[in-house]
Amino acid sequence: MTQITSEIGTKTFEPLAARGAPTQHIGPLNWLRKNLFKGWLNSLTSLVLIGVLLWVLPVMINWLFLDAVFRGNGEVCRQSAGACWPFIYEKIPVLMVGVYPQELIWRPAVAGVALLALVYLTFSDRIRGFVLIGAWLALPLFALVMIGGAFGMTEVNQSLWGGLMLSILLALVGVIVSIPLGVMLALGRFYGSPLVKALCIGFIELIRGVPLITILFMVSVMMPLFLPPEMIINNLMRIQIGMIFFSAAYMAEVIRGGLQAIPKGQTEASLALGVSPNHTILFVIVPQALRHVLPPLIGRCIALFKDTSLVIIVGLLDFLGMIKGAALDPDWLGFQTEAYFFAAFVYWLICYSLSRYGRALENRGPNGAKR
Amino acid sequence: MTTKIESRVTTGETVIEVAKVNKWFGDFHVLKDVSLSVKKGERIVICGPSGSGKSTLIRCINHLEEHQEGKITVNGTVLDENLKNITNVRREVGMVFQQFNLFPHMTILENLCFAPVWARNMPRKEAEETAVMYLERVGIAEQRDKYPGQLSGGQQQRVAIARSLCMNPSVMLFDEPTSALDPEMIKEVLDVMVELASSGMTMICVTHEMSFARLVADRVIFMDGGEIVEENTPDKFFDDPQIDRTQKFLSQILAH
Repeated sequence: MTQITSEIGTKTFEPLAARGAPTQHIGPLNWLRKNLFKGWLNSLTSLVLIGVLLWVLPVMINWLFLDAVFRGNGEVCRQSAGACWPFIYEKIPVLMVGVYPQELIWRPAVAGVALLALVYLTFSDRIRGFVLIGAWLALPLFALVMIGGAFGMTEVNQSLWGGLMLSILLALVGVIVSIPLGVMLALGRFYGSPLVKALCIGFIELIRGVPLITILFMVSVMMPLFLPPEMIINNLMRIQIGMIFFSAAYMAEVIRGGLQAIPKGQTEASLALGVSPNHTILFVIVPQALRHVLPPLIGRCIALFKDTSLVIIVGLLDFLGMIKGAALDPDWLGFQTEAYFFAAFVYWLICYSLSRYGRALENRGPNGAKR
Repeated sequence: MTTKIESRVTTGETVIEVAKVNKWFGDFHVLKDVSLSVKKGERIVICGPSGSGKSTLIRCINHLEEHQEGKITVNGTVLDENLKNITNVRREVGMVFQQFNLFPHMTILENLCFAPVWARNMPRKEAEETAVMYLERVGIAEQRDKYPGQLSGGQQQRVAIARSLCMNPSVMLFDEPTSALDPEMIKEVLDVMVELASSGMTMICVTHEMSFARLVADRVIFMDGGEIVEENTPDKFFDDPQIDRTQKFLSQILAH
C-alpha cells in the first residue's frame, strides 16, 4: 500500500466543549399553541373535536353516574333516567360462571385468583424464561381440574360451564396451544420437506379460507358424524379444538413473516459453530422471529379472545351469552343497554390490558425501544 | 505490526485437503478444479477480485456451501452427505464472517457459551469460564453482559472471533473479517488476528489487508474466475508476481 505521506501537523486539535440545548418554550399555553392550534386547519379540527366531546361527555357522565341508580330494584330503576347498576351487581355471579352449581362456585373462584396472580407476576416482570412458560402451561390444567372436578372433587358437567369463565378458558387454552402449533406449522412451511410443506400450506390455507363460524359448526355438528362411535369428544372440547386450529393457522402466517425477516447469516453462524440444525432453529431463529412479530401476535391473541363470543351460535353460554340471558330476566326487563355496556367494558378492559402488555414486551429486551 | 510472525509449520501434518473441487451456482461455474492443501499451523491468505470464488471456497470447507465434484478432507474426515461428519467438521473449524453474525437476542456471554453448551454439552459454568478467558484475550471482558447491538463494529467482530475460539477449533476461517468495519476499527481486529496467528493457530483468511498478509501469511493465494491463479510466499507474491493477471490485480489494489 502506498503510504500517504504528510507532515505531522504542528497545531493540536482541541475539541469544542459541548453546549446545552437551547431552552424550549414550555408551559400550557405554548403547548396548546404548538399542538392544537398550529395553523387554521389544526385549529378548526381541534375546535370541532372539542365541541363533539363537550356534547357527548356530559350525556355519558349523566347516564353513567349522575342520574344512575346504585341501590334498589327494577322498579326504582325504571323511574330514573340513568343507568341501573343494581341489575349488574345482581347478575355478576351468573355473568362470571353461568349456571355453574352455586355451592361449588369457590372452585372457579380459586382458579380465577390463580389466573389474576399469574397475570400480576407476568405483567410486573417478576418471573421470566422457563418459569414463566411453565406457569402458563400449568395454569389451564389447574383451572380445568378446579372447574371440572377431579381427584375426588365433585365432577361438574361441561354443559354447566359458562360466563366469563368459559370465555377466558377458551381463549387461554386457545392461545397457549395455538402459538406452539402455529410455530410448528410455520417451521413446516418454511423449512419442511416438500410433503411437509404441502401439508402445512394445505392446512393453513384451508382454515384461513373459511369463516370461524363455519369451523365452529363443522366441529360441533359434523365432526361427531365422522368420528368412530366409541370416540366421544364432548361439545366444548370439539369447539376448543376448532378455535385452536383457526387461531393456529393465522398465528402460523404471522410467525412465518418473522422467520423470513431473520438474516441468513444467523443460521450460518450457528451451524458454523457446530450447533445442530434443530438447536439452531429452536434457540437462534424462533426466539428472534417471535420477537419480530410480537405486535401482530398480540393482535391475534386479542382477536381470539373476542372470537370466543361466537360460541353462542353452537350452544355454549359464554360471557356474551349470559349477558343476553340476563337482559331477558323478567324482574329486570328493559336494561339491555346496561348489560351490553358492561359487556363492552369487560371485553375492552381485558383486550386493552393485553395490548398494554404487548407494548411493554416490545420495549423490553435487546432490540426494544427503551433499553 | 511490523515484525514478521515466525512460521509455525512444524510437522508435515495436513489439516485440510481440498482436491479437484468443482462447484456451480445454477449454471455458473464458481469453483473450477480447485486444489489446496493446508498444513497444521499454516497461515494462508486468499485474495482476488469479487466473484472469484474465494469466499465460496472457504465456505465449502465447513460445508456452508456444498461442492458438487471433488473431495474435501478436514482432520481426516471426508465431507459428504453425512450430517454427523459435517457437524464434527464444523466443531473443529471456526469461522468469522464479514457481517459478524452475532446473535442479537443473546448477551455477549450467552453468545460465547451457546455453542459449547449445545454442541459440546459443556456444563454452563465451565463454558462461562472459557468464555470469559477468551473475552479477556480479545480485550473486551467488561462488555460481557451487553447485547451485540450496544457494541461497536470492531468490538462485535472481536466477540465473533472469541465466540469461534470457545469451541477450541483446530482451524480458523476468516471471510473478509474487516470489510464491514470503519477504518479506525480495522486495526483492533487485525491485532487480534495477528495475536492468534502468533499463537500457532491454523488460519485461512480471505482478506485484502495486504499489510496483514505480508506480516502473517505463509502463503498467499490469488484466485480469479473460480481458479487458483497464483500461489506464493508473501514476499515473492507481492514483489515478484509471476502471472500477468496477478500483476494487474496487485497494481489495482496497491494503486490507491
